[in-house]
Amino acid sequence: MSALAEAHDETVDLQALYERTEIGKILEALDRDLVGLVPVKTRIREIAALLLIESARRDLGLQAEPPSLHMCFTGNPGTGKTTVGKRIAELLHQLGYIRRNHVVSVTRDDLVGQYIGHTAPKTKEVLKKAMGGVLFIDEAYYLYRPENERDYGQEAIEILLQVMEERRDDLVVVLAGYKDRMDTFFRSNPGMASRIAHHVDFPDYDAQELFAIAGLMLERMHYQLDDGAAAALCEYIERRMQQPRFSNARSIRNAIDRARLRQANRLFAARAAPLDRAALSTLAASDIRASRVFLQ
Amino acid sequence: MKITQGQFSFLPDLTDAEIRLQVQYALDNGWALAVEHTDDPHPRNSYWSMWGNPMFDLRDAAGVMMELDACRREHGLSYIRVMAFDSRKGWESIRMSFVVNRPADEPGFELVRTEGEGRSVHYTLRSYATSRPSGARY
Repeated sequence: MSALAEAHDETVDLQALYERTEIGKILEALDRDLVGLVPVKTRIREIAALLLIESARRDLGLQAEPPSLHMCFTGNPGTGKTTVGKRIAELLHQLGYIRRNHVVSVTRDDLVGQYIGHTAPKTKEVLKKAMGGVLFIDEAYYLYRPENERDYGQEAIEILLQVMEERRDDLVVVLAGYKDRMDTFFRSNPGMASRIAHHVDFPDYDAQELFAIAGLMLERMHYQLDDGAAAALCEYIERRMQQPRFSNARSIRNAIDRARLRQANRLFAARAAPLDRAALSTLAASDIRASRVFLQ
Repeated sequence: MKITQGQFSFLPDLTDAEIRLQVQYALDNGWALAVEHTDDPHPRNSYWSMWGNPMFDLRDAAGVMMELDACRREHGLSYIRVMAFDSRKGWESIRMSFVVNRPADEPGFELVRTEGEGRSVHYTLRSYATSRPSGARY
């Protein structure tokens, strides 16, 4: 039998590969830790499947260019872009697409210099640090300032593009930013738009999802809500969503931090009585209802 | 004459894959990497020109290899070495240094004798390459 015919008979055990790479566990953790975000999770699942099939193909000697995995995350503030960015590195590392499980998170300041000749070394230094892992550029639209044609941001973008193209196996670039401003950014940098294979939109959370997120945050900080507090938090979320400058999960985190502050104050004021574990870890309705959100 | 300076210099020249492994070893130990080049092969020439700044906080050898490739494009006919600097207290010095690029043709050294008083002789080494000006040596 010729070697080629033999190769046709080979099979690959996807299930074994799936178990070995522990993707199931990562995806499960993703489902558990991130509330909502259905389109994001779907895309991550697709990428995981693609990489799994890719490594199965490699086992059988079917060579192909590694897929380009540069991504763009768009969405309103507090929708979890940065959190998912960190998880992506873990996932891609587990799937063997990137060599190191690390994220270098930067903004315009870290890439763009202040005088002529400063930008290129600065951008390159950041790129070198990110090599082997994920480069996460937050608020990426700031890189391009259309009002100033001599802005050095353009230079940073060009170096970025070059490395994204040439060093595709060494680096995954993730851009993040608000939807409308990223759209403007891509319109003026078509090269960037075409080099990014995955545009993922992060939807806003609804009230139930925000409540679930609050539950997760409290659990992680070892706090609990008493019955009144849970109802108060529900109401708080409804009201806060109607108000200006609402930034999804970030607003919730801030609300919880302020509730903790009030709880500490309340306990401190009544410091004569001994405190037990439950008292130290319970947020009462009054801690939440004291918020200025309820005044309006 | 193949000059032997730094680590691995009595071995055959390292391949890129081997260089990458050595660099990764240094990075895994938390050392900073630097790329330097020169066209003066004299063993006492310890001040080589820096290719960019030393690279701190890297995690993967790819970044160093990128700089090395860039340096080779510019100074392919010179000696290039990679050095690893250990900043930890008590070391604060170079932990690794090895040549990664050398000119195709290395003319070697001449033994120069200088006759002194009372028929005493002083010896010194002079590289044949350095008889030409810097930049036109190889």
